[in-house]
Order: sequence, then structure tokens, then C-alpha cells
Amino acid sequence: MSAHPFLQLSGVSKYFAGTRALENVDFACERGSIHAVLGENGAGKSTLIKIISGVLRPDTGALSLDGQPFDFANPAQANAAGIVCIFQELSLVPDLTVADNIALAQPPRRYGMIDRRAQRHRAEALLARIKCEDVDPNALVRDLSLSRRQMVEIAKALGKQPRLLILDEATSALTRNDVETVYGLLADLRQDNVASLFISHRMNEVERLCDTLSVFRNGRHVETFSKGAKTDGQIVRLMIGREVDAQFPPKPAPTPHVPHLHVDNLSWEKRLRGASLTVGRGEIVGLGGLDGQGQKELMLALFGVLRGVEGRVTVGETQGVPTSPAIAKQAPRRIALVPEDRKTEGLMLPMSIADNLLAASYAYVSVGPFINPMLESQAVSEAIAKLQIKIGDPQDPVATLSGGNQQKVVIAKWLMTDPDVILLNDPTRGIDVGTKQEIYRLMRRLADEGRAILFYSTDYAELIGCCERVAIMYDGAIVAELSGDAVTEEAIVSAALNIHAAPVGVAS
Amino acid sequence: MSTPLANLATSIRQNRAFTGAVLLLVALFLLYNVLHPRGFSSAVLIQNANESVAIVFVAMAQTIPVLLGGLDLSVGAVMTLSACIASVLVNGSPLQIILGMLVTLLAGTAFGFCNGLIVVYGRLQPIIATLATGAIAMGLALFIRPKPGGDIDGDLNWAVTNSLWDFVDTYGLFDADAAWFAPVAWIPVPLLIILVFGACVWLPFRRTVTGRTIYAIGSAEGAAYMSGLPINRAKIAAFTLAGFFAACGGLYLAIQTASGNADLTQAGAYTLNSIAAVVLGGTSLLGGVGGAIGSLIGALILRVISFYFRILSIDPLLQPLVEGLVLLAAVSLGAVRVLRIRNRLDLFR
Repeated sequence: MSAHPFLQLSGVSKYFAGTRALENVDFACERGSIHAVLGENGAGKSTLIKIISGVLRPDTGALSLDGQPFDFANPAQANAAGIVCIFQELSLVPDLTVADNIALAQPPRRYGMIDRRAQRHRAEALLARIKCEDVDPNALVRDLSLSRRQMVEIAKALGKQPRLLILDEATSALTRNDVETVYGLLADLRQDNVASLFISHRMNEVERLCDTLSVFRNGRHVETFSKGAKTDGQIVRLMIGREVDAQFPPKPAPTPHVPHLHVDNLSWEKRLRGASLTVGRGEIVGLGGLDGQGQKELMLALFGVLRGVEGRVTVGETQGVPTSPAIAKQAPRRIALVPEDRKTEGLMLPMSIADNLLAASYAYVSVGPFINPMLESQAVSEAIAKLQIKIGDPQDPVATLSGGNQQKVVIAKWLMTDPDVILLNDPTRGIDVGTKQEIYRLMRRLADEGRAILFYSTDYAELIGCCERVAIMYDGAIVAELSGDAVTEEAIVSAALNIHAAPVGVAS
Repeated sequence: MSTPLANLATSIRQNRAFTGAVLLLVALFLLYNVLHPRGFSSAVLIQNANESVAIVFVAMAQTIPVLLGGLDLSVGAVMTLSACIASVLVNGSPLQIILGMLVTLLAGTAFGFCNGLIVVYGRLQPIIATLATGAIAMGLALFIRPKPGGDIDGDLNWAVTNSLWDFVDTYGLFDADAAWFAPVAWIPVPLLIILVFGACVWLPFRRTVTGRTIYAIGSAEGAAYMSGLPINRAKIAAFTLAGFFAACGGLYLAIQTASGNADLTQAGAYTLNSIAAVVLGGTSLLGGVGGAIGSLIGALILRVISFYFRILSIDPLLQPLVEGLVLLAAVSLGAVRVLRIRNRLDLFR
């Protein structure tokens, strides 16, 4: 190890409009190491990596790379110095091709013009390195699924030949296979003496991958230690600064539920192939399986977003597939959907928190054609209190909130419509542990109130911890339903891969 | 996966709107020539091409700010300003003529450059910034040419508004009746000008980092910034190139009409038609999708539609009405994709 750390921050602070995002942070990271950065949302992780990667400039403090002090004005300068960040918000341009995106800032050139052939070869080579040969370099990024886009993002970062690679929740949308590939890749990079900073909310990932862990809380660097030095419980305590008991709320004793949502033989295009499912009142039914097996489409179909859906849907006494979200949310169906992508489908980012909370329920706060300001502010403050959303002022743009609080706004928005059926599409993606636990408890409470909840998650531990029953999708259909003690990781994985190696407890 | 044929198929699939525009133009133009008493003759083609050059250039100019996700409301005015400058400068000795043309193009380009500076460093919305600078351009044009008129070299006018044969003949470059020249002698010079500028300016530009940055900004500006792309440079370049194309249109208009005219109504009509042409050519007003060649096609479609009025003897008073309806119908063809969409969320992407 050299005399000075590879990356060093000393006394770095950053304030936004008077609130502290980072305060007096000393942080160091070595080459040939995979270094995890842990912390709740709002702990300052995002600000930290934005400062390192040139998006933000620190208010005070000094940074150095390989002993050289630096102060980048923009991400391009950071890239040039070998600092490459894979951002949580994808940095891909949807209307350009995969090959264009991978070589976006520094394309191969001939006679001053972009050499498209060389660019495609480079894309093919990089995609092959992350085992994504199935991605056509000539395809437009907008036509790719979220998980493929994230892999393209990784290929793009690799193409910049990083000395310091920062992954901000970079595996959150990936399929299991891709996650394994990325793990392998990070191990290779460690061999090549690359430093990696790894930000993740998934403890098991951190456990497996990283050799050093740093915990942040409330804008401060709490502690750095090597893997194995602390137990999971101790780490979680460092992160949230208080004791946590059970991660998941206790499940109630199994009782028969009155079926409320019936889905029978639902088909759409080639993405849904005869999916059948029931969800009872007071029940949380998990939806599992590999990424992209039709879980998202099933929810969209139930919510009236898709056109040309075949099959039967019954909600309570009401038959028929709703033809729009406006119809789906109304009585008698009263369905709510917390969508996959909160930034585009869940929120109107520039609008205020209050407007976002009310977006689905203006009818409840209006008198005649006019919105009543009294009812409005009352409803907004109730919603904020109910979900304990941490905000400054309800009139602030919702974009100013942290990811976890944004997700709470989306959920609160739908709870204001008093739904009977709640569809949750991966609601805890990219959210800190504390907020996750709040969401689990909320789900349980909503179920206890007699609502029917369908919960899709890419995290198997969540399905096991929260759900009485888990339906596994494969290729557009429900291939297995696990219930009670049969809901185990092995059973979910084998069902998700549609292999019947572990038939134990697979009820249908 | 990446055989040339598969690449072509991918390319067509990704450029449906463009392909549709080309097919529409071909169909409209063939039918026009069938109906025309002297259809499929070089003379008709020359006349049509002549009347298309200005709008084609202005449409190509408009495309680039639109790709950024903005609009340039000054393109018609910059064209008019350039035409007025040309009507003063493009005459005299051959050297003076060439110099006059260069100054004209340079003036329009410089005006576009200023537009870019104002948008980038003044942090103004392009639509409002260019509304103001467009008015300034008209003011300058009126200052240069308070009354219509001007003096354009007659040889130049004849040479560039007729066939290649006339061009060669006018300047005595070589024997215009030479046997090897015959197969291309009928080609109208204005058509050649359009194609050469489209192919030699736009296509290479699109393959530079600056060109691609323009697409990236229109598609996802945040992602473009995060990827370290030269955003300010690309925006300034976009407006500069728009100014250049508008100046090309103005220069041609001045040579073609042998005069300059600071006509406010005409400038406004050119600006609005340029937006219509851009949309017809498959460029998204949201930015990021399309290209100047599509707008070239779109402008030609607009023109061919107006040519029909001459042979179909429609009451001139009805022309704007019919033109509007046809334009609406043509643009609606682009919306057909909406019927195919199965996931309603895709409507908003």
C-alpha cells in the first residue's frame, strides 16, 4: 500500500439551501478494493459520489486522487481522470443506439467523423465482456428493458477504462444472472487494481462482494471497517443509529381470506400468456420470478393501461378489465398502482409535494368544479402525517425529496383514494433500510384493514418476509404458488427458473 | 445479427416516419407528373425545383433547433435578411459576386451564432429568444432594403435556376453538348444544390460528436450532461448551422428572384411552413428523433401539394383552406402509430 490513499477526501462539507448534506467528511478508498458505502437515504451517499464524480463541488474541504488534489467542474473532467460513475438515474440517451450510447462522449473517429463500424465493434466487445451478446448494438436504447439498459450503462462505464468505478445502486434493476456477471466483473477489476465504490441497499450483495465497508449517517462518515468485523445487526444499528428488532412485521396466523381480486387466464400480446391468480381481502400476495416475466404487464393490465387484454378480471362483484386508470381507480373497483418507475410514472417531479399527493384524488377535495383550499391542505397534512414523510414545505417540488420520501409520496397519493386493491410494483427499489421497514409495516396495516395487496418484488427476502402467498411468474404465466412455510428462497428460485427440482410444498 | 441487410431492416424500422415521408413524396410527385400536361419533362422538374429550394433550406435550418427540443422562430427572418444582403452585394465582377455570396452566407451564419449565444448564455428558451431576434433580423432587412428591388448578376440567375446544360453553357466551362455530358445535362441545378448541401453538410455533421450531442440533448439532456458531452458547444452549433442553412435559402431566393424584399408576411410564412416540413419529415418536436434529410423531403411534400393547385384549377381563394386540410391529413398519417400501441403508457414516451 502506498503512502497516501488512492482517493482521499478531507473535511468535505456540502450544504443545500442551509440544510446539511455532508459535514466534515474524511474518507479514503484504496486501489484493488471493493468498498461499500452504506447508509439510509439522506445519509449523504448520493452527495458524496456526486462530489467525487464532478457533478457537485464541495463547499469546503479537499479531494485528492493518487496524491494529486482535484476539483472537477463537471463529470467530463472526472471521467478524464479515470473516475467513472454508474448513476442510479440512468445516463443513457434513449433515442440513440446502444453503440452510440456506449461510445457517447469519446467515440472512435476517422477524418473527424464518428467511425460507426469501429464504434459497433467496440460496443460488441464490451457487451460480450458483460455477457450481453443478446443486445443488438444497433437497437435504440428506448426499446430495451430496464435491466438491459442498466447493463448497457455498465458497458458504457467500462468503455471509459475507469481507475475508480462508482456503482450507485447499479444492480437494483438487474436480473439474477446479470448480477452474477457484474459480481464477476467487479472481482476482475479488483485484480486489475481498480478501486470500486459500491452503493447498495442489499446487505447480502455487500456481504458477498465488498472487502471494506463505510457507514454514513446524517451527512457524516460514521465508521469504516473491513468485512466481517461487524455483524449485520451492528451495521444496521450504525446506519440508523437506533436498535432495530425484526426486519419484517410479524405475519398474522393463517386465516381464510374472502377472495376479492380474481384474475383468470389473462393474456396480452406475447407478454402475458394466461395468467391466473386470486387475492383475498386482508391478504398480501407476492409476485415473484425473474425480471421481465410479465409481472409488470400483469399489473398494468389490471390497472387499465394495456389495450387488447384478453381474459377475465373480477374485482368484488365487478367484472371486466378496466379500460383506463381513471376507471380502475374509481368505485366499484378502487384499484391503486404504485408503478415501477416513480420518477416518470409515479410523480410529476417539478410539481409540488401537495399537488403530487392529490393527483389521484382531486375529486375528494373539490366542491363543484373548484378545488377547496381548506380540504386540500387538510388532506395533504393528513397524508404526510400518516406516512411520516419527511418534508420541509408541502409546496416544495417533489423532486427535492430523497428517493425513499418520494416513494412514500407515491404510496400516500394512492392511499388518499382509499383503494380496495393495491398493486405494488417493486416499491422498495433503491430505498434505504429504514423506509423499507416502514413500507413493510404499512403494507401489513393496510392488509389488516381488509385491502387486497399484490406485491411484486425483485428481492426474494421481501417476498418471504411479507407475504402469506407468493405467485411465481414465468414467461407470462403464473407457474407456481407457494404458501405458508413453503415460501423459501430455494422454492422461489427453482420456481422462478421454472425447474421442478424442489417440488416440496409447491401447491397450485 | 449485423449483416448489412439486417442493419438496413433495423434502420428502416427505426425510421418509419422518414420512410413514410419518402413514399408519400414519391407517390404525390408521380401522380402530379401523370396529371400534368407536360409531366416527366426537364422543364417541369426545373420549375418545381426552383420553387422548392428556399423552403427546403429553411426547413433544414429549422430541423436542428427542433432536434434540440426547441424551435427557431427566426429562420424565415434570417432567410429574408440574407436575401436582402445578397440583393445588394451579389453583382459586379466574378470576384465581387463570389465575395458577395460569401458575405451573405457569413452574415446569416453569424446571426445564427448570436442566437446560439443568447440561448446558451442568456439561458432563454429558444422559442422566445428567436422570436425577438427574428424581429431584429426583419428590422435589419428593412433597413438594408426599405423597398423591394436590388441588382443580382443576370448570368448567375440564369445559370443556377436552369439545367446543368445551361450552367455549363452560361459560363462556357466546356462543350455543353459533349456526348459524355448528355446523360446528366437535364438535371436542374437547384435540385443539385439541395442534394449537395444535404449530403455534404448535414450528413457529415450528424456524424460528429457535436452533431450527436444535439440528438442526445433533445433526447435526454440530463443524461447528455452526465455523460460529459459538450452541451453548450452543441447548442451554439445547432443555431449557427440553422443560420447557415437559412442564409443559403435567402441567397438562393435572392438569385432566383433577382431581387431582395423585406416582406414580413413572407418571412412568417416560411418560418411556419418550415415547422410543418420538419414534422412531415419525421422529426419529433420533442427533440432527439429525425434529421435534416427528412425535413428536405417534408418541404418537398409541402411544395408538391401546392403545385397541384395549378393543374387542378381550384379557386385561388380556397387554396389556404385546402392546403391546411391536406397538411392536417398528412401530419395525421404520422399519428397512425398511436392505433398500434398496446401499452397506453407508450403514448407518453
